[in-house]
Amino acid sequence: MNVIEKILSAHCGGAAVRSGQIVTVDLDYVMANDATACLAVDIFNRDLQADRVFDPDKVILVMDHFTPSSSVAAANSHNRMRQFAAEQGLRHVYDGQGVCHQLMMERHVRPGQLIIGADSHTCTYGALGALATGMGSTDVAVAWKEGRIWMKVPEAVRIAVTGQWPAHVGAKDLILRIIGDLTAQGATYKALCFTGPAIAALGMAERMTLANMAIEAGAKFAYIHPDATALAYLRAAGRPGGHVFADDEDACYERSMEYDISGLAPQIASPHSVDNVGDITDFEGIAVNELFLGACTNGRYEDLEVAAGILAGRKIAGSVRLLVTPASRDIYLRAMASGIIGALIESGAMIGWPGCSACFGGTGGIIGRGERLLTTANRNFRGRVGSPEGEIYLASPAVVAASALTGRISDPRRIES
Amino acid sequence: MIQGKAIKFGHNIDTDQIIGARHLSLPAIADMAPLAFEHHGNFTTHFAPGDILVAGENFGCGSSREQAPAVLKQRGAGAIVACSFARIFFRNAVNLGLPLIICSQTDEIGELDCLEIDGGCLHDMTTGRRYTIEPLPPFIAGIVDSGGIIPHLRGKKAQA
Ligand code: SF4
Repeated sequence: MNVIEKILSAHCGGAAVRSGQIVTVDLDYVMANDATACLAVDIFNRDLQADRVFDPDKVILVMDHFTPSSSVAAANSHNRMRQFAAEQGLRHVYDGQGVCHQLMMERHVRPGQLIIGADSHTCTYGALGALATGMGSTDVAVAWKEGRIWMKVPEAVRIAVTGQWPAHVGAKDLILRIIGDLTAQGATYKALCFTGPAIAALGMAERMTLANMAIEAGAKFAYIHPDATALAYLRAAGRPGGHVFADDEDACYERSMEYDISGLAPQIASPHSVDNVGDITDFEGIAVNELFLGACTNGRYEDLEVAAGILAGRKIAGSVRLLVTPASRDIYLRAMASGIIGALIESGAMIGWPGCSACFGGTGGIIGRGERLLTTANRNFRGRVGSPEGEIYLASPAVVAASALTGRISDPRRIES
Repeated sequence: MIQGKAIKFGHNIDTDQIIGARHLSLPAIADMAPLAFEHHGNFTTHFAPGDILVAGENFGCGSSREQAPAVLKQRGAGAIVACSFARIFFRNAVNLGLPLIICSQTDEIGELDCLEIDGGCLHDMTTGRRYTIEPLPPFIAGIVDSGGIIPHLRGKKAQA
């Protein structure tokens, strides 16, 4: 079995499983956020007529998309979540503490776990060697009740990455390139397994960026083997343990792709699809109106640090607004303590409260007709962040910071330090 | 048998287009349903209950929001025919009992053509062409035939 099959097998009684098989698996966590939880609560109460969740320790609710409540409807839906949490005695309910996936990575996920979430970017947890995937509210309601769910064992695709990371090029550029090559549906139903020395060289923040965007190629899981870097992250979080799995000798992969990142340029995904990817040189000089640094893709401390490295002591262009939203409260505190938040504010940034923020504009930061947004988020779908007549470009934190200085899409490799 | 006119879409129709993220905090699917495909003029102008959405590759990509198939079901979509579907959308639609049909030649179907779906066949009555439909895996077909995952689970319990 390959590592994906082994983790699934360990969650359905230990018998061998093979890609293509449909299995019923036990779940370690079931997460939902404020875009999806209320629908699941309705289904749980009304359609399933369920009484109790399978384990109040394993059902996690996060208010991050519309918090602090951005409309009366959002406030009401947040209250329904709080009420459900109280009725069920849920132990992990977060409000305004950060984006769901970041909180899951900071507080809950362990290697070898199997997790579903009512959010497509749940695949982020593969950065710690867990199998995690997004499902809809009905599946989540069923999982709340049963603690298990059916799924198809996916085929695995191995993506081996070698080479030296060039300056100002990182995981965001690599994953955009991979999605450009695979296309938006090239990995539908599959598990993307990232491996090789250039992946081992990445810190946890960049691994999360990589795993986060696997869904943009349609993938079900992302997976990175939990090595010393991952185990050190877990120890530092006070959460050692978990189960590290590995391929058997006869492990099969549907196919392998190889990347040498030594010559990779910063990448841009241009409107209106994530696989519409090219080198930054094709886009330099395009004027933008708004820039966003944040989201579960790139709102981590290391991302803010990269941006501050470019922006500190300089001013952003007068023609743009720059929104920065730390992905969690812990990141926010750390960035305040180290002076990064102060440096970003002095350069002209607005700082948002931890949450999804301008990733989709549930709490503001939306763009108007004809405007362009350059963002570190993971989707550039038409109308996702405001007007359908606006345009969204995706890029790395370094590109966003460099472009904030000029008001145009700019190559961070050309900014003098 | 399902009968309706074709409402055409392209490739990679994402869930943000089906129902915008900002509407997700509305209290019920019924409140969101009138906002389905709000920026697609062909849908807002021509769609009537029973009509069949016809698209290219990767229909329903993007977020996990079950509200996307749910609003289409609420509006009375007869079925969605596409070359392929994104994984989470597919699963959500199966769970809701919304018929999804995989057919690789959807580009031959014209806007507002009259379609008829019967068993394993899709019939474009405007052009007279017939297409075979890829069958669903039996486990999944079982859920759709029960009308969705919840009736399916109830049925299983009743049997046990
Ligand atoms: S930050 Fe964006 S992509 Fe991530 S969970 Fe929030 S809305 Fe979704």
